[in-house]
Formats: sequence, structure tokens, C-alpha cells
Amino acid sequence: MEVLIEAKDVHKDYPLKRKSLFKTPDVVKAVRGVSFRLRRGETFGCVGESGCGKSTLSRLLIMLEEPTVGEILYQDENIHQTGGSKKLRIREKIQLVLQDPYLALPPKMKAGDIVAEPIRIHNTDSAATAIRERVLDVFKEVGLKEDDYYRYPLSFSAGQRQMINIARAVILNPEIVILDEAVSALDVSVQANILNLFADLREQRGLTYLLIAHDIGVVKHMCARIGVMYLGKFVELGSNTDIFVKTLHPYTHALLSAVPTIEKGLEKQPIEVLTGEVPSPINIPPGCSFESRCPKGMNICRQVEPKLIESEKDHFVACHLYGNES
Amino acid sequence: MGEQKDVILSVRDLTTYFYTRQGVVRALEGVSFDVEKGKPLGIVGESGSGKSVLALSILNLVDEPGRVERGEVIYKGKDLLKMSKRDLDRLRGGEIAMIFSDPMSAFDPTLSVGSQITETIRRHHTGVGKKEAKEKVIDLFQKVKIPSPTERFDEFPSRFSGGMIQRAMIADALSSNADFIIADNPTQALDVTIQAQILELTNELQRTLGTTFVFITNSLPILARYADHILVLYAGTVAEYGTKKAIIQNPRHPYTQGLIESTPRLSGERLARLKTISGESPRLSKIELDRCIFADRCNEATERCLMKRPVLTSVKGSDDHFSACFLASGTMVRV
Repeated sequence: MEVLIEAKDVHKDYPLKRKSLFKTPDVVKAVRGVSFRLRRGETFGCVGESGCGKSTLSRLLIMLEEPTVGEILYQDENIHQTGGSKKLRIREKIQLVLQDPYLALPPKMKAGDIVAEPIRIHNTDSAATAIRERVLDVFKEVGLKEDDYYRYPLSFSAGQRQMINIARAVILNPEIVILDEAVSALDVSVQANILNLFADLREQRGLTYLLIAHDIGVVKHMCARIGVMYLGKFVELGSNTDIFVKTLHPYTHALLSAVPTIEKGLEKQPIEVLTGEVPSPINIPPGCSFESRCPKGMNICRQVEPKLIESEKDHFVACHLYGNES
Repeated sequence: MGEQKDVILSVRDLTTYFYTRQGVVRALEGVSFDVEKGKPLGIVGESGSGKSVLALSILNLVDEPGRVERGEVIYKGKDLLKMSKRDLDRLRGGEIAMIFSDPMSAFDPTLSVGSQITETIRRHHTGVGKKEAKEKVIDLFQKVKIPSPTERFDEFPSRFSGGMIQRAMIADALSSNADFIIADNPTQALDVTIQAQILELTNELQRTLGTTFVFITNSLPILARYADHILVLYAGTVAEYGTKKAIIQNPRHPYTQGLIESTPRLSGERLARLKTISGESPRLSKIELDRCIFADRCNEATERCLMKRPVLTSVKGSDDHFSACFLASGTMVRV
């Protein structure tokens, strides 16, 4: 399958304010060497807990941030080294849907104008009637009504607002849509509707998704391939079955065990509770970053950071338990 | 409901309205249920279903423009809605405590966490000295597994992580020897691994201290694991109430069925599409009392549902499973 996006060893550091003239400022290492490929038509999921760098990754992909080290290629072109009209064209092709359907919409613009704005910015259509028609087409596609065109965001329910967000993201006919926690603020019954809408849009428009979420159920439902992030890195990456059935990394194990599910609840399986919390991304100790919480930690884990290696075909893991050579 | 059960809290016909400029908002309408000692009750509902108003109504904390219209909240034989303010103050934060979804804002940022819990202890136990109270707080910190409790005592809330501050909140609830704790979305702001830590902790406290918890949440999976009985709230009314097993394996209200089916699963085959519930919850200011409030979203609604409101009735004579649906005892099949 054609590779649309390729991230090569991407790092993103955020230096903090210098505390003293004589000290080098602390650095938050939000993303610490992420590589992956996004292939046309697939839905790639990225899971992890807060602070693991998944949102920084999405900001890098839509060019809101530049990587400190590494590069991101869109159809073999480094997106952060483009400029002018070229940059605008890539932006057209990579769109984003954000988490909070309330904050993501300007309250004083009508729904129709919100969705029309990308067309105006990217100047792909100029006649007012043509714009209106395009907006109404997309409205219909996402499940909004024609009358909704002149309504303000406040008068919509949360689910409808997310539909406006989605309409705005797809109106320029993008190839890739990044869904950054796009359903986490919604109630389950509404969430199910929106997830189905994503599936429909994928089918009709041949969209490619990068789905970023902390809800493992959503990722399992939506994604063919999944990367599990911990402290700025992928610790495991593989197909849906690799991650959920042939789980390798102790962190993935713990994560899956900690998720309450309706099925598991009645069985009363004991769950594996991780001790401690995610360490601070400021002073990351040497060795494996998961070592402090890992039930299977060994001596080597404290000294050498495991690399992401291919353990089985297309199933990658960064853990010394799986024959990591140093 | 049964005879020999050790009921600690009994709520009957609890009804709370809010009087707003847009009209009367019927936030709760005739809610009834029992909580047995040591058996955690889970209350599940989507946003706007009245979960939090229910918690506030139980504790008689509803404020203007809201008002508890009618009903009873019997806690250990006494009606909290008829109690004097003084007795109520002694009970709340004492025997009955509450935990919130945003513990950070429940603590005063300008005082150390330890000193704030000391205050709770001294308020509810006259004659306890400062030093003694401090020792008790450190002991509680240990119980809720806050690492290095002595050092943590003097730290300010901003130094606590999300999981730690929730532990401190639980310590605060326990500090007055609470018997009964209402936890309103206690893990909403937490990551899954931290959520598991906190919920397992409540489980353990239940066993060791005999505390009874009421969990209020929008997540049925959490209740499937941590609750004993589940109450499904829809638009301010009880849609279904029963043992966890009954609710999850044999739901007798189309709304409960919809909730279960629209939740993505972690096991089994991936589905192309999720089952959904059509439409969205009604606005509480526009509720009609003479018909089923779920009828507009229900696939199985008949004419009867539009003419009369179904009341919460026992499912096939069970004393532990109730549904507010005309079809509950009949031929409703799970699709």
C-alpha cells in the first residue's frame, strides 16, 4: 500500500524557562524518536496516557510544531521544509478534528460559515453560491440539516457540534484526517454515532485516519494498526490482533488489564494494577522509561534503553524481554 | 424490596426541579432505590441525566434556583430532607462524605493538603489535638497509599498529581470515619492505569473498613466491575435498577440495552459498525409527563408508550430487578 506519511525518528523538545543564568534550562522531551508509516486508506491508532506525547505528535503532523530532530514526509516530501503555496496545499490534505466540540468552534460564527471558512482561506472556490452548495453537501454527508446552516454553535448538541467539526475537516477533500481524542468528550450513545460516521466517511471518501485516543475500546474498534506510546515513544506497534491478542510489552499488558469492560466486569478476573505514575518527561532516567513501574524489570532495563525491534512480522516492541540487542 | 436486607440508605420518590427563566427543569422525577450496607451502588447516566443533581439531592445540598420538591432520603432511619441544619452538618462530611471528579478544586490551593484534612478531623471530633490529628492524617495517607506520607503532609495541592490528590480526597472522606461515601465521577480526569489504582483502592477500603460507596459515572464498564447494584438514570428518572448481573446480562429496558451495545468492546470480533441509540437525550425543561420519555429514541415503542408513562415495576416478580418499560416483563428480546 502507498505510504502517505512517513515519520522518521521524530523528536520534539520544549525547553523550559531558564532557572539560573549558570544552568542549562530544563527540557521537556515530549516526543523522543517516533517513526511510523501511515498507509493510504488505513486507520492507524495511537494510544497512551496523558503526557505520552500523542497530541504533540498530531501537532507536528499538521505543521503547528516543527520537530527538533527528524523529519515527517508527506508523499516523500518533508512537510516542515515547504513554504508558501506548497505548504498550504499540504495543509489542505492533512486535517484535524479536535476533542472538545465546544471550544473548537467559534461561538459567534454560524455553522455554515464555520464550515465554509477553509474554502475561503484556501480559495478553492470563489462564487458564494458554489461555496454554499459545497457546504450543504458536506452537511448532508455528516448528518446535519440544511436549516443548520444559519444556526450558531451554542444551539447545537455536543454530537451535532462534533459533526460541524468533522464537516469543516473534510470540506477541502483531505487525504488524511487526524482524530485527536475526537470522541472522548461525548456520551457513549453519541460516541457510537460519531464513530459510525467516521467509518462511513472512510468508506465513501477513501480517507486515511490517524486516531489518537486514550480510550482503548475506541482504538480497538476503529484501528487496523496500533501504536502504544509511553513517555514520548512507541513501546509496541502492530496490527489490532498483535496488540490485543498477541500482546508483548508489559505496559500494553497492564494497560489492557486496567481498562474496565462490560465483559470482564462479570468475570471478576483479577486486574494487574501498575504501581506508580508516569515519570516526568523532564529528567528522564537512562534505561527503559517504563522500568520504574514494570512488574518484569531486570537489571539491564535500568541501564540500556531498549530499541523498537521487529519481534514478529510487522509487530514491533521495545522491551528487553524480547531479545533486544544493545 | 426484600426484608432481611441491611439497607443503609433508602431513597423514595425523590423529585428535584429547577426554576429557571426558561421554565421548570425537571432534573429528577420520582427516583427510588435502596443501598445495602457494604454493597456498592453504581448510578450510570449520560450527561444531563441528573446524576449529579441526584447526589446533591441525597445530601440535601440543592441550591437556588433548584428545590427538592418531594420524596424521602432515609439514612439509617432518619430522613435527611427533614433533618435540622445542625444535625445535617454533623452528618455531612462526617458519617456521609462525598468525593468529586475534580479533587484539585475541592482543596484550597493556599493551604497544605495535610492541614486541610486535619481541619476535617478536628471539626468532627471535638477534643482531638492538633498533634493527634496530624498523626491520624499520616495514618490515613498510608491507608490510601500515598507514598512518603510524612513529607506529603505539608505539601500544597499543586504538588500532588491527579491520582495522588484523589487519594488525598479519599483520605479526607475517611478522616471523619465516613460510613457512606458518594463518589461523583471519581476517576473522570484520570488515566486508565491510575483509574484502576483508585478504584481498586475503594474496593479494598470497602472490604477492610466496611465503607459503603455509591459511584456516579457515565461509564457502564466501570460499574460492571466495581458496583454491586446498578441504577440506570435517563432524563431524571430511573430507567432500570437491579443487580449488576441482571442489568448487564439481562437488561430489560431498551435504553440500557442501547448503552451496552453502543460501548466498544475489547474482546471478540471487530464490528464494522456500532449499534447506536438514535437521537439524543431530551431537554429536561421539555419533558412530558404523560408518555414514556424514551419513546422517541426507542425502536420498540408502541402506541401505548406515547399515551402513558411506564412506572418502575418489578421484572417478572423479581425483588432485585426493576424496569420502567412496558415491555420489561413481556417478550422483549435482546437484539
